[in-house]
Amino acid sequence: MATKTYIQAIAEATIEEMERDKAVFTMGEDLRQSVYGATAGLVERFGEDRVLDTPLSENGFFGAALGASLCGMRPIVETVTSFLWVGMDQLISQASKMRYMFGGQAELPVTFRVRMFYARGAAAHHSDRNYPVFMNTPGLKIICPTNAYDAKGLMKTAVRDNDVCLLFEDGIALSSRMEVPDNDDLPDGELLVPFGVANIVQPGSDVTIVGIAGGVQHAIDAAKVLEAEGVSAEIIDPRTLVPLDTDTILKSVAKTGRLVVVDPAHKMCSAGSEIAAIVAQEGFWDLQAPIQVVASEQINVPYSPALEPLIYPTPEKVVAAIRTVLD
Amino acid sequence: MALDKQQLVEMYRRMCRIRYFEEAVIEIHSSGELIGPAHPYIGEEAVAVGACAALRDTDRIAGNHRSHGHPIAKGGDVNRAMAEILGKVDGFCKGKGGSMHLADFSIGILGESGIVASSVPIATGAALAAKLSKQDFVSLVFFGDGASNQGACHESMNMAALWDLPVIFMCENNGYAITTSYKNSVSVDHVSDRASAYGMPGVLVDGQDAIAVWEATNEAVRRARAGEGPTLIEAMTYRYEDHSLGLDKIRKSEYRSQEEVDEARTRDPLPIHRSAMITHGFATEAECDEIEATVQTEIDGAIEFARNSPFPKPEDLYDDMWATPV
Repeated sequence: MATKTYIQAIAEATIEEMERDKAVFTMGEDLRQSVYGATAGLVERFGEDRVLDTPLSENGFFGAALGASLCGMRPIVETVTSFLWVGMDQLISQASKMRYMFGGQAELPVTFRVRMFYARGAAAHHSDRNYPVFMNTPGLKIICPTNAYDAKGLMKTAVRDNDVCLLFEDGIALSSRMEVPDNDDLPDGELLVPFGVANIVQPGSDVTIVGIAGGVQHAIDAAKVLEAEGVSAEIIDPRTLVPLDTDTILKSVAKTGRLVVVDPAHKMCSAGSEIAAIVAQEGFWDLQAPIQVVASEQINVPYSPALEPLIYPTPEKVVAAIRTVLD
Repeated sequence: MALDKQQLVEMYRRMCRIRYFEEAVIEIHSSGELIGPAHPYIGEEAVAVGACAALRDTDRIAGNHRSHGHPIAKGGDVNRAMAEILGKVDGFCKGKGGSMHLADFSIGILGESGIVASSVPIATGAALAAKLSKQDFVSLVFFGDGASNQGACHESMNMAALWDLPVIFMCENNGYAITTSYKNSVSVDHVSDRASAYGMPGVLVDGQDAIAVWEATNEAVRRARAGEGPTLIEAMTYRYEDHSLGLDKIRKSEYRSQEEVDEARTRDPLPIHRSAMITHGFATEAECDEIEATVQTEIDGAIEFARNSPFPKPEDLYDDMWATPV
């Protein structure tokens, strides 16, 4: 068992899947120089044909990845949340719709690895947390690994899945380190984490905290603060937003009677607000207090260090929300 | 290489198939049987048929909202095409795609697209797959003069030329993007003039002459198969009907003169191909008449088939969403 960072886990998953299946290749901007850290050494190992540096043409190469996937390839596309907007037509009009629109004829095994940077002074054009936008579009699988173990296991599952997967790599989690088992130590010889199965990060009895992406770490930090006061928090990481493991969330709320959701996305129509809506509709009689959603303020990301930190969820905001539901 | 009698006759058969199919669609639209929009391909038949005559079954095509001609030219079944347009389960897409989204993956039809130019990157990606996995097929994408101004088109052409991909960009210049003349929207005289900017050959061809379209496509396909990269072909054609069925009731005035439409109709691709075959001794008048009659019967049968096909059931709503079930 070795300790690995989130980026190392993604890199390992990429190499293992490319070794396993010749149909898997990577494409994106500046991959060969590994500007985003997870593609170092790939071109030396697999050659230029399987590690394509693309022109700055997101709509073009997102679509090319889809077209290649219709003809037997399994592309892994690296990009950044804010650049998803540039390729939006292909993501929404083609990626999410082709299979259904063509009556199930299309298989689109494409994994979009989407780096999600925020809270680092990059201002509004480079700080998007836009996974909820894609939850609103049927036909896309939305994956949000929050630690190195899940990053590797979910990434490998995504590459083998026959649908379009958007895997959001949270900037807060990138340098986090945890033990990720070596394949030799695993009973099946490799690490695969299934979609639609939430991770109960820690069990508890007084309040349920559902964390999305970087929100999980805030939940853990907040729970530690309140643990000293005798509050037992159950923390749930859904791991995948589509499909969403609503059963685990509803069961937890049935036990605790209280729900706080922590979501780094803007609050309106967020993953957090959707989970709150599901619990309000299906778990209302289990609730002992109004649900609290701690999400980003409904304002664009400002540049100034005096302003930017104000908009995101923080452990302090989560603590305050927990106090509200316990009141 | 030249076309033989069998190929020329088959081309004529497919052109008639498209023409009569579209006439039938116009009829069921006016009777109120057709629910959604439809964009007739009448007048442009020589482009799809000439292009597809240069392709194999294993080659891939993708197209656009003016979507009935391309799959029929590629060999798609008219019964299933008509059933799709009527929203029936026997349609190509089980009634989930409709007129603008015909697709039959079993014969390389990767789908028509309602968003102009959005299938250009898809076809480029199909060609990328052929190159990366050394599969022996080419891809061809049909798009219009309007689509040629979309970023998706420019991005795809740049990538295709950069990577020498086996793709043929087939621009059907029918003169208008809905009501906007291409002269008012394209900055150069011809879309094919842009090819040199991407570093690929640009070929201008008479889109009313199926044999000329075949010749241009055949050379582009040869290049593609030989690993020499993409070609941009611009086929000059004309849309005889309005952009979509019923648009004449919405738009405020005429956007093209009757003289212009009449003039274009004198260069109807069907009679052009028919007389070429007869003149060069590949078919007789009687043989051509028989083809026309047979195809008309086929299309009558397609309407019958589509009408008799059941609608999807409510429980089919959630099918076909995921390839790997959740």
